Amino acid sequence: MTAAAFPPRMPFVTARWRKSSALPGFNLTLGFTLFYLSAVILIPLAALAIKPWSLGAGGVWNVITQPRVVHALELSFGGSAIGAAINIVFGLAVAWTLVRYDFPGKRLIDAFVDLPFALPTAVAGIALSTLYAPNGWLGAPLAALGIKAAYAPLGVIIALTFIGLPFVVRTLQPVLTDLGREAEEASATLGATRLQTFRRVVLPALLPALMTGGTLAFARAVGEYGSVIFIAGNLPMKSEIAPLLIVIKLEEFDYAGAAAIGLTMLVASFFILLVLNLIQRVLLARR
Amino acid sequence: MRKIHALIAATALIAGGAQAANVTLLNVSYDPTRELYKAENAAFAAQWKAKTGDTVTINQSHGGSGAQSRAVIDGLDADVVTLALAYDIDAISQKAQLLPANWQSRLPEHSTPYTSTIVFLVRKGNPWKVHDWPDLVKPGIQVVTPNPKTSGGARWSYLAAWAYAEKAPGGDANKAKAFVANLYSHVPVLDTGARGSTTTFVNRGIGDVLLSWENEAYLALDELGRDKFEIVYPKVSILAEPPVAILDKNVDRHGTRKVAEAYLNFLYSKEGQEIEAKNYYRARDPQVAAAHAKQFPQLKLYTIDEVFGGWTKAQATHFADGGVFDQIYKPK
Repeated sequence: MTAAAFPPRMPFVTARWRKSSALPGFNLTLGFTLFYLSAVILIPLAALAIKPWSLGAGGVWNVITQPRVVHALELSFGGSAIGAAINIVFGLAVAWTLVRYDFPGKRLIDAFVDLPFALPTAVAGIALSTLYAPNGWLGAPLAALGIKAAYAPLGVIIALTFIGLPFVVRTLQPVLTDLGREAEEASATLGATRLQTFRRVVLPALLPALMTGGTLAFARAVGEYGSVIFIAGNLPMKSEIAPLLIVIKLEEFDYAGAAAIGLTMLVASFFILLVLNLIQRVLLARR
Repeated sequence: MRKIHALIAATALIAGGAQAANVTLLNVSYDPTRELYKAENAAFAAQWKAKTGDTVTINQSHGGSGAQSRAVIDGLDADVVTLALAYDIDAISQKAQLLPANWQSRLPEHSTPYTSTIVFLVRKGNPWKVHDWPDLVKPGIQVVTPNPKTSGGARWSYLAAWAYAEKAPGGDANKAKAFVANLYSHVPVLDTGARGSTTTFVNRGIGDVLLSWENEAYLALDELGRDKFEIVYPKVSILAEPPVAILDKNVDRHGTRKVAEAYLNFLYSKEGQEIEAKNYYRARDPQVAAAHAKQFPQLKLYTIDEVFGGWTKAQATHFADGGVFDQIYKPK
């Protein structure tokens, strides 16, 4: 720590493998970053990664290939992907409206977007299940149409969509603000239709931000527990999410089994996020 | 962890020595006992003050019984535990050694000062004409009960259904398994706790029957009006025994053994029993029980020992990973 506090005295450490920056404080900030990441992320995750192996590799494989676990993982990841996709479409519409137009109450609506961030997840879950239950304001008309919203897999998607919305909107807003209208106007004067302008000019510029927002919404949804359990119905092989199975394993004092599912989710999330990041790099490089 | 605990203990000792007149107890309990222990704590504190001059403050913690047990094992510094079922206290004894394995024989009545049972809550007028267990598997009927994996009350409900089917004329373990599997195929929602299921049934309008703790069912009637729901007593059910225990290692470290013991004994006293009966728990004391007999209809109550051979066995057979409850939900 003391060495890191006086970076100018040890320039030789950094000179060889890093372009020296005019900005001072590299050692200090890197040291802090590593320490902080270790304390907050790496050490807890390492504990999670070590725990399941008390079952042996075969035991871990047994846990995560049980049909019920596989189904729960599919629901958690699939539901999160659908939720993120919905948010990408409608989040774009919301962000577009909030950035491009002025209307009374705009500030208020803008503030509403953050509510899913601020609300305790249990409150969100109870509110959503009240609303979408067969006797709820939205659930009753849906039930009349023969659609079961709460206490079915659809309920899981509703909850995961709800909590993901702010991620897409808040990531898009600054990009949309920066985009400026000149490019669109130029495109229009060159004879492009509105759809062409959107597809060829606006969308490519927004795509990286859309993907970032969608990725964040997805990542948040995969691990979501609090809001989902109130609306899902939690029936095994039907509407049971993976985080609930983890809680059930914990109730059985099966810490290793719980960690095995947790680790599977972690590894799967990591690879999905990695691939999304790579795609994004390619997109950015093409611009 | 050890060091931190030692440090807390040392601080507690110093603090305890300096002001002997102020004692704090932590009672870690399960979900539906909030109202009960609020009343018990106030009454006990008054009695203790009168007897010893000391002021005792009892803090409460509530949650799913299994989750509470795990919290204590992981270090929640409770003086006494009052949980939904004996297995959850067995787990504390086995995994954290905070109390001896024979804890249940240290207090009268298997350490359960009050009992309860599982009853049916139905909508007013009993539209499905539910009177006993076989009515719960009528085609099309929906039954709400929490997940036995996460809820203590749900385990009692499951065992009550099983006990009915096994002890019915011509019943055996295979028939019981088929009945319970059939019953759970009528369950549209598995909440994680008893309160969650009550909310689903009462506020969301889901299902036709709620399998419920007796005390929770009466509480629902009190809160939501007797004009909307009625309680149906099946012919047989299970004797639910929610036990209480002192955590020896913790009370010795806190120096609170005497007051903790007095607290648990108070639950057996006339005054304590009266409070339990008022909160819709079945009192052990014959006189108190007789005084409230009208509230608690007599029905055949099987004990977990006579049907299942005790909690450890019931837990291993039915609720452990891959147990009967998991088999019910195995895809065919």
